[in-house]
Order: sequence, then C-alpha cells, then structure tokens
Amino acid sequence: MTAVLDAPAPAPATEMPPALRVVPSTPTPGSGLTRAQVEEIGRRLDALREQVLASRGQADADYIRGVIRRQRQLEAGGRALLFAGVLPPAWLAGTAMLSAAKILENMEIGHNVLHGQWDWMRDPEIHSSTWEWDTMSPSEAWKHSHNYMHHTYTNVVGKDRDVGYGILRLSEEQAWHPYYLLNPVLNVALSLLFQYGVALHDLEVEKVLSREKGLGTVWRQLKGIGRKVRKQVVKDYVVFPALAGPFFAPVLLGNLTANLVRNVWSHAIIFCGHFPDGAAQFEEEQLEGESRGQWYVRQMMGSANLDGGPLFHLMSGNLSFQVEHHLFPDLPSNRYAEIAPQVRALCEEFGVAYTSGPLWQQYLQVLHKINRLALP
Amino acid sequence: MTTVTPPQTRSARPRLRDRLVKLAEAAATPLVPADYLDLVDPLRSGAALRARIVAVQPETRDAATLVLQPGRGWAGHVPGQYVRLGVDVDGVRQWRTYSLTSPADRADGLIAITVKAIPDGVVSNHLVRAATAGTVLQLDQAAGDFVLPTPRPAKALFVTAGSGITPVMGMLRSALHELDDVVLVHSAPTADDVVFAAELRALAADGRIRLVEKHTDVDGMLGTAELDALVPDLAEREAWACGPTGMLDLLEGHWESRGLAGRLHTERFRPLVVAAGEGGTVTFSRTGAEVEADGATPLLQAGEEAGVLMPSGCRMGICFGCVLPLRSGAVRDLRNGDLTTAAEGDGVLVQTCVSAAAGPCDLDV
Repeated sequence: MTAVLDAPAPAPATEMPPALRVVPSTPTPGSGLTRAQVEEIGRRLDALREQVLASRGQADADYIRGVIRRQRQLEAGGRALLFAGVLPPAWLAGTAMLSAAKILENMEIGHNVLHGQWDWMRDPEIHSSTWEWDTMSPSEAWKHSHNYMHHTYTNVVGKDRDVGYGILRLSEEQAWHPYYLLNPVLNVALSLLFQYGVALHDLEVEKVLSREKGLGTVWRQLKGIGRKVRKQVVKDYVVFPALAGPFFAPVLLGNLTANLVRNVWSHAIIFCGHFPDGAAQFEEEQLEGESRGQWYVRQMMGSANLDGGPLFHLMSGNLSFQVEHHLFPDLPSNRYAEIAPQVRALCEEFGVAYTSGPLWQQYLQVLHKINRLALP
Repeated sequence: MTTVTPPQTRSARPRLRDRLVKLAEAAATPLVPADYLDLVDPLRSGAALRARIVAVQPETRDAATLVLQPGRGWAGHVPGQYVRLGVDVDGVRQWRTYSLTSPADRADGLIAITVKAIPDGVVSNHLVRAATAGTVLQLDQAAGDFVLPTPRPAKALFVTAGSGITPVMGMLRSALHELDDVVLVHSAPTADDVVFAAELRALAADGRIRLVEKHTDVDGMLGTAELDALVPDLAEREAWACGPTGMLDLLEGHWESRGLAGRLHTERFRPLVVAAGEGGTVTFSRTGAEVEADGATPLLQAGEEAGVLMPSGCRMGICFGCVLPLRSGAVRDLRNGDLTTAAEGDGVLVQTCVSAAAGPCDLDV
C-alpha cells in the first residue's frame, strides 16, 4: 500500500521539499499538508500551550499531591496486607493494591515528574532533578534516553530507538533478518521483563556493537543500573519477605506478581502509543531543518491515543493521551484530557490523522504488526 | 548510687538504631522513610522543618498576624530575629522572610509573624487575605542579628515605619520588663494603619514606653531635624531602626554625621539596588533550562521562574544561602554595580539573589 489517503491536492512540484516525509509503509491522512498549513497548526498549538500555562495553579498542585498521597497509602496498605498473605483474600487484595501502587508510581507520577511536568511548583520533593522512581532504570539515565532521544526523534525510523527498542522489528523500513523470526517471542519476554528492558535500553547496545560508543561508558552505565537494580531487588525480594518471617513465601510471590503486572501493563500502554495502525513513521530526511510546526505535526501523526474513562486514564499515566503528551511533554498530565478535544478538532480541520481506539483493539493491532514483521 | 550502665548496652543502642534506619531505608527505596512519615506527621522531630498555621488574626485593613505551630525541630529564636517561610501560592513554592512578633518563650510553644500586604506582593497578599488555619508551610530556623544586647541598654530608641514595627514588637513583647527607658518613633500613613496600635498605645498610656506616632499622610515624612527635636537625648540612646530603604539610608547618614554610627542598628527587608546589569541569556546547565533575563531581574528569580530548583536564603545579599558557581559569562551585583566574569571552568561563586545577567551566563545548577 503506497497511496496517501485523503491527501489534499498536492503542492506544486517546485523547489520546496515536502513538509512531511512519512515512510511508504505508514500512509497517513494529512501527510500532503503544505508548509503554510503546517506552520499555522504550529501557531495554534503554541497558543493552546500558552492557554494551559496561564491557568496552571493550586488545583494542579493539589492534584499531583493527592495522587502521590494515595499512591503511598496504596503501597503501604498493600505491603501490610501481604504480611497476612497466607490468607488468600489478603494475598489477592494486597497484591492488587501493590500492583496498582507500582503502576501509579511509574506511569502517572514518575514518568510525568521526570518530564518536568511539575517543576513549576518549585517543590524539591516533586521535581525532575530529584525524583527517583520505583523501577530498575535509574531516572537520570532514563531522562536522556526517553525525554531527549525518544521525544525529539519520535517515530523517525533509524533515529528513535523506541521503534523496536533495538531488539524488535516494528517497521517495514527496518531491514528483515532471520533474527526477527523471534519477534513474537521476544515481545512476550520484553513484556514480562519490561522494567529490565527499559533499564538496559539506555545502554544502546547497537551503538556499542558498531563501536560508536566506548566500553568505558557502557561499564559506567551498567554500574549505575546495577546499583539501582540491587536496591530494587533487595527491597521486593529480601527485605519485605524477611520481615514476614515464616510467611515470607506469599510476600515474595505477591511482590513478584505486582512487578509482573506493572511490567505487562506498562508495556501494553507504551506499545499502544506509537505502533497501532494509523500511527505514522518518518524518514530521517524529515529531521533536516525541521520547524516547530513540522515537529508538532510529526508528533500528532506518530502517536495514538487510547479511549477509556477517568480511572483508565489515571492508570495509564495519561499516556492514553499520547498525542497530547507528545505535543506538550512538560504540561501537567491532568490537563491532557481537557485539551484533547481541541487537538482533535484541529486535526479534523486540517485533515491530519488523529488515531484513537480502545486498548484491546490497539493492542491487537500492535501484536498483529509484531507477528507480521517477523517475516520479510 | 554507683550503678554504672554496662558499656555494651550503651554502644549497642546506637548500632541497633542505625540498623533499623538502614532497614527502613532499604524498605522505602527509591523513596526515603520520611516520605511515608510525612503523610502522618509533617511536624514530627527529625522531619524537614515546617509549621502549621494555627490562627490568622487581622491587625489592620492590610496586615495580619499568623500564629504558627513550628515543627519539633524548631530551635527557638531571639526577639528581633526573622524566619524564612516557604508558602505555596497558586501551587508555586515562594520563600520570603518575616520578623517574628511573638515573645521568645510562649508557654504553648507557638510563634507568630505579622505580615503587611504590599501592593502586587504575591506572598504578602496571600498570607493576609487567603491563608487559612491548618495549612502547613515550610520553615527555616530563626536568623538575624537585629536583637537586643545583654545586658540591656539603659536607654533605647526604636525608629520604625510600616511593617518595620514587627521585629521591634517582638523585642518589646519579650524584654520590655528589662528596659527602663524606651522611646518608639513609628511612622504609618494614618492612625488606622498603625500595626499593633492598641497594644502600643496601651503601653504608652501605662508609661511603659514613650510613643511618638507619625501619620505621614497628614504630617509628612519624618525628618532628621525633627527626630533630633523629638528625642533630645538621642545621642545617649542605643538605637534600632527598621523600615523602608529611604528611611534607613537617611538615618544611617544622620547617625554617622553625628559621630554615632556604632549606636544605630538597622534591619533591611530589601537589598539596596543601585545598578542594573545588561541582561542576557541565562543557562542553568545541570537542569538544562535557558531563559532570557533582563538586567534588573536577580538570577535567583529568573531561575525560579524557569522551574529550576534554586537554593535561596534571605533574598537580600546577606546570608549567602543562594550562592552558585558561575561557570562562564558575566553578572552584575545589583547593590554596587560590580561586574563578575567567569571563563569556562572557573566556577566563580556568585550570590544569585543580588546578581543579574550582564550578558550570556551559565550557572552550575
């Protein structure tokens, strides 16, 4: 399939290169926009951003403090219940609470705090430069690989390392290799061990293999990851089970389950952000002299939202508003829901793709893509 | 009694305590145990110092006293000292200093500050008009050397204006019984604007102090000749002055010209700004933020507005709590116009609260 869907009349084929360079395998409505249209979209989105910035205030601060308080209560309560984990209802409730606490901490709190969404409050307790999150990846390393690499080069094949995470084939434009027959298996493994995958992602193994990156740097990074992993492992698999004395087994199993649940959930949400049908990928040439407007449009075309209610949005860390998050990664996450209708209307006005769907549907599309791309 | 505590118990106790702390830290990682304890008791001992507002009492149409319950780490204060308070206004943490107006040793352990709302003052207006009992604020230990000496002076003179009465009120409430001869010359726009009016007038009526009220809307500003006439024995008095910069400059000049410079103690609420920088792009290299700042905006303020976690203190160039290394570029000291420059790698320490950009500059924060 190479035809461009619903494209406006193509711009006169003169001097200017196209405003958007979508890869052939992900044809996208709006990819024929003119430069003038793209810049107008940019201006509108800048205005939308200013509108949110001007209204940021006490209610937002109360929101994030409330989420943090509830998360800590859930975690403390879940771990306390697991001490009584020999009783099946206590084990189930404790494990569910701890899973929810870990998901909240990673998704709605950690990820968003590390984006600097709450830096404006000037509270050293809730700040991107001081936050450490409950996962294997040290926050300092993650801020580089995620905030910088992924959010700058979103969906540019060959530049955005989140396209396939260096281990999967997630684009037709990635050359096929027999190794990719393992795509489905590796995806399941990545899902189960997602927090380790995210931590090791920072190492940029492919750059080490191509000798772009020295072993000394990798060793330093590995030591940083090792320190973090040790603390995380000791907490969940030594300290809390030991505190339970003879009842260590249910605690250990509960903690293991909570970590697994969090891994599988966050993997699903994150893969649904950029890989369902409709999310475009871009050629490297897109980045040459890219304007603010072009950057915005690439973020909209390359991201996909998830439909759901308020609780679902909260548990997804508002990454269910992936489009809005990629446009404005440093706006408070509780505001994405409010601007989403305006972003969608803007997309409709200019005929730009605005991809959205329920989790089950988007995740099936992602799994289908992973399976299909296992073959040439 | 000759009982001796067995030595092993004495040394075992701290070791057990250390182990428990280590265990709690291992269980709370990546947070710290305090993050959980703060949910239960933010004022407990060992916590970052905070205070809870117990009551807000109006004083005048634009001033109010906040009675505070300090956290258990509060080390007490000497009358005349000030505290730094961190107040969240519209969700943004703002730090300001306020003089303590409560006596030093209240039986209930509470302290008080008195705030006058200044036009466009973000924090002062919030505290006077919107603060409510129960709110928890960030607090620092008391500081400042605007205090009474021991032994107390035989004769004292206080010259104050507006909210400049606040540190003096703290002194009078604590130590008036140890002062035999007190003259207070206080300026305010009208009789109704005098903070603590009833209390001061009652003290004067009882003959405990001599109070001279100057209502500047009607009487005009206090002049030095007038002050000499009002207080003929001024030269014999140890003097304390607190108020607007203009008044303090005038008084300091007067005391100096009379050869009494050592006998006047002043407290300034704002730095004396004489020169502006040229402005420029300020880079906060660790945070990765970059802002355009004009030559009158202190680097501290520019950083805070960009969401950078800036260390801060008195905000008037005294305490050095805001000092940061200047990695490169040029900054100008707002108080005297001095230019400080740094080349790559120099890391010259600058006071960000009284320095503004004088060209592009790069701070290590």
